[in-house]
Amino acid sequence: MTPPEYTYPAGALAFPHRGLTGIAGLAPHQIWFLLDEAEQWVEMNRGAQKRVELLSGMTIINAFFENSTRTLLSFEIAGKRLGADVVNMAVATSSVKKGETLIDTAMTLNAMRADAIVIRHASSGAVQLIADKVDCPVLNAGDGQHEHPTQALLDALTIRQAKRAFNGLRVTICGDILHSRVARSNILCLASLGADVRVCAPPALMPADIEQMGVTVFHDFDAALKGADVVMMLRLQMERMEGQFIPSPREYRHLYGLTLDRLELAESNALVMHPGPMNRGVEIDSNVADHVERSMITTQVEMGVAIRMACLDVLTRKGRKMEGWA
Amino acid sequence: MSLHAPLTVTNGRVLLADGSIQTGAVRCEGGFITAIGADVAPQDGDTVHDARGQIVAPGLVDIGVFAIDKPAFHFGGITRAALMPDQNPPLDVSARVRFAAQSGKPDFWVHPLAAATQGLEGKALAEIAMMRDAGARAVCTGRRWIGDSGTMLRLLQYTGMLGMVVIAHAEDAGIVGNAVATAGEMATRLGLPSAPAQAEALAIARDIALADMANAAIHFRNVTTAAGLELVRAAKARGARVTAGVSPAYFMLSDLSIGAFRTFTHLSPALRCEADRKAVVGAIADGTIDVIASGHDPRGPEDKRLPFSDSAPGMAGAETLLPLTMSLVRDGVIDMARAFELIAANPAKLLGVNAGSLAVGAEADIAVLDPERPWIVNSDKMAAAAGNTPFDRQPVQGRVLALFKGGVAVRMKKIGG
Repeated sequence: MTPPEYTYPAGALAFPHRGLTGIAGLAPHQIWFLLDEAEQWVEMNRGAQKRVELLSGMTIINAFFENSTRTLLSFEIAGKRLGADVVNMAVATSSVKKGETLIDTAMTLNAMRADAIVIRHASSGAVQLIADKVDCPVLNAGDGQHEHPTQALLDALTIRQAKRAFNGLRVTICGDILHSRVARSNILCLASLGADVRVCAPPALMPADIEQMGVTVFHDFDAALKGADVVMMLRLQMERMEGQFIPSPREYRHLYGLTLDRLELAESNALVMHPGPMNRGVEIDSNVADHVERSMITTQVEMGVAIRMACLDVLTRKGRKMEGWA
Repeated sequence: MSLHAPLTVTNGRVLLADGSIQTGAVRCEGGFITAIGADVAPQDGDTVHDARGQIVAPGLVDIGVFAIDKPAFHFGGITRAALMPDQNPPLDVSARVRFAAQSGKPDFWVHPLAAATQGLEGKALAEIAMMRDAGARAVCTGRRWIGDSGTMLRLLQYTGMLGMVVIAHAEDAGIVGNAVATAGEMATRLGLPSAPAQAEALAIARDIALADMANAAIHFRNVTTAAGLELVRAAKARGARVTAGVSPAYFMLSDLSIGAFRTFTHLSPALRCEADRKAVVGAIADGTIDVIASGHDPRGPEDKRLPFSDSAPGMAGAETLLPLTMSLVRDGVIDMARAFELIAANPAKLLGVNAGSLAVGAEADIAVLDPERPWIVNSDKMAAAAGNTPFDRQPVQGRVLALFKGGVAVRMKKIGG
C-alpha cells in the first residue's frame, strides 16, 4: 500500500517527535507511519482477543478539561487494550475548579510520573503549554479551535481504507470551520497527503485567509459538493459562538444541511463523514448519517481506537526502551 | 524652592527644544532649567554631573501606562507617566485621582488620566471636571471603546468645553468581541479567536466624526493599521484636532510573533500583519503619529502563564521604549530630534505639562543617554515589576546613563557598567 514517497526511516527516525500536539510539524511520511502502525490494531480490535500487554505497568492520564464522551472513551479503551493503567481526570472533580492554574495541574500530573498524558482543553495552545512543562509524551485530544490531531489521523485512516490513495482525492469539509479544530487538523493532514481539500461555510463561520492553508474556499455548498469523493460534515458549535453567526439552525440546514438529494451532487461513491456529535436534521440528515453504503461515521469511531493505540504505542517506545527507540 | 543644590550637567551634547544638538551645559535651579549653552558653567555649590559627551535629553513622558513601576521608568529614562484609569478600583472619582497624582513624587510624576465614564463601563459620564481639579491631565476611555455613539458625543462635547483631550481606545468592540488576535493566516492556523483589523478604522472613523461635531480634541492611544492611520492622516490634513500614538511593539513586530502561543505577544490591540507594521513605520516618518508610548503593563506569571486566549493582554514596555525608538533613528526613519518629540515633547504637550523639552524655564527633567550603547533585553533581569516583554533576548541599543527629576539625580549608571 505504501507508495514510494511515503517510505520512512527505521526506528525512532520514523517518528522523532516527543509528543503529538498537532498535525502541524508532521511530515507526510510521519503521518503515513502512524496510519500504518494503526492498521495492526484495526485487525486486533476486530478479533476476539482485544488486549496486549505492550504498555503493561505504564500509567496514562487522560486529563480532560473540557467535556468529551467519545474521545475520552476512545483514549481510555486504547490505553487499556495496550495493557496500560488508565486514569481519567475529569474537570468537574479536578482542582481547576478550586482555582488551580493549568501550569500547577501540569506540574502535579508530572509529579505523578505518568508515562503519557492525554489532554483536552477549551483553549488553543493549552496542550503545548502543558507539553512544555512535563517530562512525558503529551497527546493533544483537542485544544480550543487549534488542533485535534488524532481525529485527523483517524479520518485519514478511514479514507485510506476506503479510497486507498489521497493524491487528487477531492475532500469537501463543510460546516463551522471557524470554531473547528477538527477542520484545521484535517486540512493540514489531508493537504499534506496530497488531497484536494475544499472548505465550505457561510462567511461568518470561515476563518480569515484559510486559503493560505492550501484549501479552496466555497460558500455555496452545492458547488463545493460537485465531484467530491469525501464529504466531511462538521457540527455547528453553538457553545463557542458569542453573538449571532447564522440566522437560525433551520436556515443553516436550508443552505448547508447534507440531505440525500444534495449528496447526489458528489461522486456516486462519495464517503460521508462526521466527527460527531451530530446535530441530526441541522448539518446532516439522519438518512444520510445512517446510510449503510455511504456513511463512514461508525467506521471513524472504530478507527479512532486503532489510531490512539498506535499513537500511545509509538510515543511510549522510548520510555519502554524499545530497540531502536531508546 | 528645592532644598537640593543647583545642578549643572556639563560636557553634554544637549538636545535643544528646537531639535538642534549643541555641545555645552545645562544648569538647573529650584527644579527648573535656568540656563543652557556652550558658555554655561557650574557655579559654586552646584552639583556637577559630567555627561562625557553623551546626549543630554529631556526625561521621557510616557502616555498611557497601566502601573506605577518606578524602577522600570527610571531605567528607561521616563520621568513622568500618564496613568491609565484602568486601576482597581478605576480612576473615576476625584479622591482616587488626587491620590494617584501624588503617588510617585518626588522622584517621579504621575499624571492620572480620568476615566471618561463611571466604572469605565461606557455608559454614564464620570465627574470629569472634579477629577481635572484633582490633578487629571486628560480623559481616557480606558482599555475599552465606548460603544454608544451618543455617550461618546456627549463626552467629547463636555471635554471640549473643559479644554481636555480625550484619549481613546480605537477598536469597534462589536467586531472585536473576545478576539485575542488579528484575523489572518496566523490566527487561523493557531485557532485563536480573532477579529478583523478593520475594527480599528471603524472606531477611528466614528470617533473623528464625533470629535468634529463636538469641536473637541481626541488622541488615539494606539493606531496600528494602515487604514486607521490613513483616517488620522486625512483628518489632520483638514485641520481636525486629532493626534495619534503607538507603542513600539506595533512598529517592531507583526502577528507572526504570536506563532508559538507566546503570551508575551498577547497585546491589545492584537499584533497586526506585516503591511500594517510597515504602515506604522511610515506614519512615524511622515508625522501622522505624534506619540510613541510604552503602554507599560507589567504582568506576572499568574496573568501570563496561561493559554493565549486566557492570558491578560499587555507588555512591560518602559525599559525598552527608548532603545526601540532609537532603532528608528538608526534605521533612518526619523532623526534624534523627532524621536524626542515622539517620546517627550508631544506627550508633554498633550498633557499640558511644562516638560518634555530642554528649555530655560522648563522643569529640570533630564536624561543623559548613550544612544548607541548595546544591551540585551532579559525578561528575567528587568527592573520592571514583571518581565513580560515580547523583546526578550533581543539585542538593542540606547541606554540611559543618568536621570534627573526636577534637577535631582534619581538614577546613575556607572560608566562602563
